[in-house]
Amino acid sequence: MISLALLVLFLSVWQLSTKTTATGPSKGLPSPTAVGARAWEMISDPFYDRGPNDKGIGVQLAYSLGRLAVGYSAAAVVAISLGVLLGLSPSLYGALNPYIQVLKPISPLAWMPLFLYTIKDSGISAIMVIFMSSLWPILANTAFGVAGIKRDYLNVSALLQLSWFKRLFAVVLPAAAPAIVAGLRISIGSAWVAIIAAEMLIGGTGIGYFVWNEWNNLQLSSVIFAILMTGFVGVLLDLGFGTLAKTLSYKE
Amino acid sequence: MAFLEVEQVSKTFMEAGGGSLCVFKDVRLHIDKGQFVAMVGHSGCGKSTLLNIIAGLEQPSKGAIILDGKEIDTPGLDRMVVFQNFSLLPWMSVYENIHLAVKAAFAQWDRKKLHDYVQRYIHMVGLAGSEHKKPAALSGGMRQRVGLARAFAVKPKVLLLDEPFAQIDALTRVNIQDELMHMWTATQNTVFMVTHDVEEAILLSDRIALMTSGPEAELAEIVDVRFPRPRIREQVMDLPEYARIKKHIMQFLKNNSREISAGGDAPSAGVLVVKPVVAEA
Repeated sequence: MISLALLVLFLSVWQLSTKTTATGPSKGLPSPTAVGARAWEMISDPFYDRGPNDKGIGVQLAYSLGRLAVGYSAAAVVAISLGVLLGLSPSLYGALNPYIQVLKPISPLAWMPLFLYTIKDSGISAIMVIFMSSLWPILANTAFGVAGIKRDYLNVSALLQLSWFKRLFAVVLPAAAPAIVAGLRISIGSAWVAIIAAEMLIGGTGIGYFVWNEWNNLQLSSVIFAILMTGFVGVLLDLGFGTLAKTLSYKE
Repeated sequence: MAFLEVEQVSKTFMEAGGGSLCVFKDVRLHIDKGQFVAMVGHSGCGKSTLLNIIAGLEQPSKGAIILDGKEIDTPGLDRMVVFQNFSLLPWMSVYENIHLAVKAAFAQWDRKKLHDYVQRYIHMVGLAGSEHKKPAALSGGMRQRVGLARAFAVKPKVLLLDEPFAQIDALTRVNIQDELMHMWTATQNTVFMVTHDVEEAILLSDRIALMTSGPEAELAEIVDVRFPRPRIREQVMDLPEYARIKKHIMQFLKNNSREISAGGDAPSAGVLVVKPVVAEA
């Protein structure tokens, strides 16, 4: 209720301030009604494709989400496998942890020049940026979660002489699942943030490129709408992982 | 040769400062097949550690565990533990917890056979209707029923009970002890139980091993409990022998004789006490 009131207040202040200052469409920020009109235009035809610089918002989002899916899934597979190994082996964990700590805070975009130079393909480089942005939070959380599994659960699997495979899927992964999903949830957010920036750099397709292209066209109402869309998609992704976290959590 | 032999087992923990702490030393205990033996002692005498060593979850610093003629030093399905804190896997239902153990023990069975067997044990511990609940939704007593069903269902050679009823309220405890007695009577398992509860030890056991308090705890004496089986709680508690044994053990724990060999406390009259034989060097 309060958030709705705040929204109305914000929109009216925005509308009033743009009305009084704007004398032409290119000067100052577009008004909310202008953004709304543009949004309606884009939403009503999201999937058109009229050449490299004119694609519907749905097409651009699909490109971004496609990159996200590939880079993020690859990162999840690598990070969870490596994280389980580290979590189960304290000595390996101790040996690699300093490197992880140094690599973790590096902005994933900082790798871009290296990827462009070595891979020589901007599309794959953008995916690698996603990969790097997702890798560390998942890895760190998985290793932490697996290392913290209660002794009792491992004792049970030892008494039952579970096979390596069974032990992994019946005990280790379910026990560490809440920590792993927390890592997945953090990194889907940072990956989504990184893909926008990466697409601004590589150009061509994607919602990040769209924002930059519309800025070059001085289509600020499109820019504002696209920004809102990225926020909206981000919320949906987070909600998805929130649901996953709920189903995989357990009470002792 | 006894079925389960604890041979001169000592456990020493390394301390952070570089020193070492000997929890118990030279424990020698032989348990015959089908026998129910309890170990009673104060906290810190290392009785749970000894149980973990028999389970293979911890290593002895000295000595060895011999089961059925073979030395053992790793965990195995021939020894199942019922833990004080239940140690059920919280993300699995009652059914899944038992199923995991049964499948591990009887990998060659088909699905139908596994299912029927698991259901039989769920019924045996009175959990029919709760089989799809998670442990968190169950009371302590019900959780330990799952723990018992899981352990018995595996059909181990030795059942290890680590203060199994310590976290269960007194009224429920009485019921579960009776259920345990029934299950034990039906299976004739060899049992080693660690407990604080003297009455529980007398009611359930054939022999009770008494530990002095740690560090450097020793197995001081073994009390024989020769009540006929099957036992009925009310009848056993009325026996004069019951009171004598109980008094003797309470006295022992109170004196907690660190100086056993100094002949501090003579056995109470009429109680069958066996001083453990020091093995020939």
